[in-house]
Amino acid sequence: MKNLLFRFTLGIVVLLFNMSLFAQDPDLLKLLGDDNEKKEIIRNAFKSPRVINSHSMEFLRPGTMDFRILHRFGQLNQGYKNFFGLDQASMRMGFDFGILQNLMVGLGRSTYKKELDAFIKYAPIRQSKGPWSSPVTFALVSGITMDGTSWSDPSRKNFFTSRLAYYFEAIIGRKFSEAFSLQVSPTMVHKNLVPFETDPNNIYAVGVGGRLKLSKRIAITWDYSHVIIGMPDSGYYNPLSVGFDIETGGHVFQLHFSNSTGMNERAFITETTSNWMKGEVRFGFNLSRVFQIKKKKLNN
Amino acid sequence: MKNLFVTTFAVFAAMTCLGQKFYTKNAQINFDATSSSSPERIEAINRTATCVVDTKNGNIQFAVLMKGFAFERALMEEHFNENYMESDKFPKAEFKGEIKDNDDINYSKDGIYPVKVKGKLTMHGESDDVDAEAKIIILNGKISAAADFTVKLSDYKISIPGLVADKISKTARITVTCSLEPLKN
Repeated sequence: MKNLLFRFTLGIVVLLFNMSLFAQDPDLLKLLGDDNEKKEIIRNAFKSPRVINSHSMEFLRPGTMDFRILHRFGQLNQGYKNFFGLDQASMRMGFDFGILQNLMVGLGRSTYKKELDAFIKYAPIRQSKGPWSSPVTFALVSGITMDGTSWSDPSRKNFFTSRLAYYFEAIIGRKFSEAFSLQVSPTMVHKNLVPFETDPNNIYAVGVGGRLKLSKRIAITWDYSHVIIGMPDSGYYNPLSVGFDIETGGHVFQLHFSNSTGMNERAFITETTSNWMKGEVRFGFNLSRVFQIKKKKLNN
Repeated sequence: MKNLFVTTFAVFAAMTCLGQKFYTKNAQINFDATSSSSPERIEAINRTATCVVDTKNGNIQFAVLMKGFAFERALMEEHFNENYMESDKFPKAEFKGEIKDNDDINYSKDGIYPVKVKGKLTMHGESDDVDAEAKIIILNGKISAAADFTVKLSDYKISIPGLVADKISKTARITVTCSLEPLKN
């Protein structure tokens, strides 16, 4: 009896074992075990390294150059006489270069105040997933602008340094989902020379920029800077821009409406003179074309 | 009683030993979607594909991370992941199939064996049947394999926008090469 029971049990065990071997779909890949999860940087929070006016948390890839042509037109409320502002255009031409995954530099020139500007942008921390990942990107931007117009008062002693202004910015940003990204950027602008003694040399602002993707290639973007300390009493407003990013192969078009004409941090944060509330809105666009300067070697 | 025990043990042992499996984690996969009117070559290489072959029954499987495909141009790589393959949503491509003429291959004898591989390729969340011409090469007891096939991108719901439709081929040519090591269980 005992013997019989033993045989029976053994039979069942053998049967079960065989079944388990044959029943499973032969998933050979599982035999190798799961790969160790690697840290992976989250990319493409924004389509381009600028939200609209402000720097975004995104970086150019190393070895690429972004040729940017920016236009800001006159106010829409000028009506047909000035073709809703399109008769007047202010522009900036810029060249940005990706050096490392988290380091880029750029320079540009604007028609407004014949201003040259240059910046360096570096991210010590980038949003990532996997072990030792960070939920946000933390980037730093430092820039300089140089006014190119003639001296307003040539009779007094003028210094070259009076043409210069600087800006320092920290960007804390997160791509919350494939569709939604948001960033906050505390910024300080320092002007070496201000028109009036009462004007502050240091202006502190906080920028908020975001993106909401509508489809794979089209997104709504917005970009607002709020001046906290140093806003002149009257005549100046906080810059707000709202627009669309449209990606077409090698180009990114950023079409938007804004109250600012300035296209560098000094200009748009401290010298925006139009007011959304009065309908003083302008149409503008950024055209970005990325060129590969140094190709990645594939070694076939 | 004793007999039965021995038999059972023998069955167990046979089952684990017979499965001769080989693998690699460095299979190379080339991707080419260049069309005759493409302004630049649309090609990428991935050298980190995983492959496992069971020489007993000819089962063969591949897995590859989409983000591991390297392009010459960064923007192309970005578009590949972001707009076409949607690599965040569908991080892996997998192939599960079998070597059709596995019985004709003598894995212990040097030679080049042309074979047909048939199976299912899953990428971009879609699966489709794939037939590939392949070669199994045995040299000094080492197994390596090479295959070449084309896939229709629309079969995997990879859509190409009208604006660039004539610049990207509607089919992608996939070339696979790998050399395998024995897998110890």
